[in-house]
Amino acid sequence: MYTWKDYVGYDRLPHIWCSGCGNGIIFNALGQALEKMQLPLEKVVIVSGSGCFAKIVNYPGVNTVKMLHGRVLSGATGIAMANPELTVFALMGDGDGTTIGGNHLIHAARRNINVTAILGNNYNYGMTGGQYSGTTPEGSITATSRYGLVEDGFDACKLVEAAGASYVARTTAYDVLELQKMIIEATEKPGFAFIDVLAACPTHYGRLNKMGTPAEQMLKIKEGTVPVAKAAKMSPEELKGKLLTGKLVDRNDREDYAVLYAKMAKEARGE
Amino acid sequence: MSDKVMFMQGNEAIVRGAIAAGANFYAGYPITPSSEIAEKASELLPLCGGVYMQMEDELSSMTAVEGSTLAGARSFTATSGLGFSMMQEHIGHAVMCEVPCVIVDVQRGGPATGLATKPAQGDVMQARWGTNSDHSIITLAPASVEECYELAIKAFHLAYRFRTPVIILSDASVAHMVENVRLRTPKPEELPASRDPQCDPSEYLPHRFDPDHPATLAAFGSKYIYHMVSSTHDETGLAKTTPDVSDRLVHYLWDKIENHAEEIAYTKEYEMEDAEIVLISFGCSARSARGAMEKLRAQGVKAGVLQLQTIWPFPVKAVQKALAQAKLAVVPELNLGQLYSEVQRYNVEGRKVISVTKVRGELITPDEIIKAIEEVK
Repeated sequence: MYTWKDYVGYDRLPHIWCSGCGNGIIFNALGQALEKMQLPLEKVVIVSGSGCFAKIVNYPGVNTVKMLHGRVLSGATGIAMANPELTVFALMGDGDGTTIGGNHLIHAARRNINVTAILGNNYNYGMTGGQYSGTTPEGSITATSRYGLVEDGFDACKLVEAAGASYVARTTAYDVLELQKMIIEATEKPGFAFIDVLAACPTHYGRLNKMGTPAEQMLKIKEGTVPVAKAAKMSPEELKGKLLTGKLVDRNDREDYAVLYAKMAKEARGE
Repeated sequence: MSDKVMFMQGNEAIVRGAIAAGANFYAGYPITPSSEIAEKASELLPLCGGVYMQMEDELSSMTAVEGSTLAGARSFTATSGLGFSMMQEHIGHAVMCEVPCVIVDVQRGGPATGLATKPAQGDVMQARWGTNSDHSIITLAPASVEECYELAIKAFHLAYRFRTPVIILSDASVAHMVENVRLRTPKPEELPASRDPQCDPSEYLPHRFDPDHPATLAAFGSKYIYHMVSSTHDETGLAKTTPDVSDRLVHYLWDKIENHAEEIAYTKEYEMEDAEIVLISFGCSARSARGAMEKLRAQGVKAGVLQLQTIWPFPVKAVQKALAQAKLAVVPELNLGQLYSEVQRYNVEGRKVISVTKVRGELITPDEIIKAIEEVK
């Protein structure tokens, strides 16, 4: 029996993330989810890139690799295709996942690569001092938008859904039990699974946008969301500016890339 | 049984050489004049249990090559021009994390889009210094279709022996040239060594900062669990950014290749025994040099060719030996003197060396080399 401590690499803690940051909450949820699934340590790979969340690779008791900024999903693609027996997690911030690595997000979802991607989405580049990213909402104050952001962030869940992901879900760092459940569902789902976790960055984004204490920031983020079942009964006016949470996509109509590739190759060999 | 001989293109020979060396994974993005490598890989790899992945760009191609290698595959990619520029990003990662892999750069005219279908040799320095910061790297350059096959086998061996990315610097001319190739099966000692570290999993470290004995790279999914962090790291693979660790790591990454330059230095000599005019070249221009040599010999001029199959680390001893016997050394190349500058760097006795260059997207003719020699006589 493995415990969550084995998966997160308890002896290497404490982690470096700030108080109130969502990254530690996501890491804990991943550890708890892995404990429930009891995957062998050596069959799990965590891939990250650059930024605060990417530092996660320094702790776990499973295999980890830190790719360069944005190249998380392309690295995970290579790993998943070279050994389909591995369970591959791509852990990304909004920079890695949706901005510098945005192209890879589209194509990992399109190919339906058997990878579980978790987006620690805190609306800014924390590691470099709080500059805006591809998910930062319009009007936000950040280190590079002192007078209010002119661009608007985008809904990563809609993007991966359109590109063909098998599983798409969203929650917030406040809803840690829901997150654990989603991680298990996403991991067990063949094909590309994506979880967008909305989280606070009290050090930069939350401070610059006067969102209050870290706990207040977590609540504010939650208040900006609506569970998908509740949203079905709401008008477009009521839903304006809100992000949907819960399981958004759960498809079974497409096998994952490794399975389809193996079938094609078998046929090509005349087997 | 005798080896099969086939008539094929340089690009195809690289794929067949890679597969003979055990390659079973290719990730790339098509670009002229390298695309036949992708096409052949997509055709042959599924037949031998391998995987071809066409990625969304060269950034992801290089990352997928690395990811697959960590997960146990033997991987390669191919590109040209701008694609090689993009791959530099993760070539640096492969250097830092010591991920063995092979990158084929089929050089074309540049800069930027340049002459997409025409040969050039302008990436000599990019192959060496294209990725950021101090590092060393291995680069091999074939001058014939058979050398494409042979150097692909050597590239994989060196990649695993030194745990490094290895670049094959081809060019549009060698890539599309069609010649006979002997498709020999490599001997076991020519292939990459086993990836089973043989130690107890609790003792396994993914790096060993010993320039003579880099650590064995275990595969993800085996009983060896490890971390691979591209930040400055110690032998555990985990980030450690102290001045001492950085100093040890950067020196180690340099020394493990530079200290073994002679072991890696593959060269070919033609008529060099009594040569007084020495032509030093590589790739397609080495063919031009041999053409010039034959014409000069027919006129009674003692000319010889030193062909560098290894470009990096630079084969200093072989070049200095050639310079020592030369009344005149000539360096023909399809760029503005990148190899020439390196030859001059090691020309400690001050021999007369001339540079013959061409950036017209055309090969250097033997007569152009002879003319350059006559002009300085």
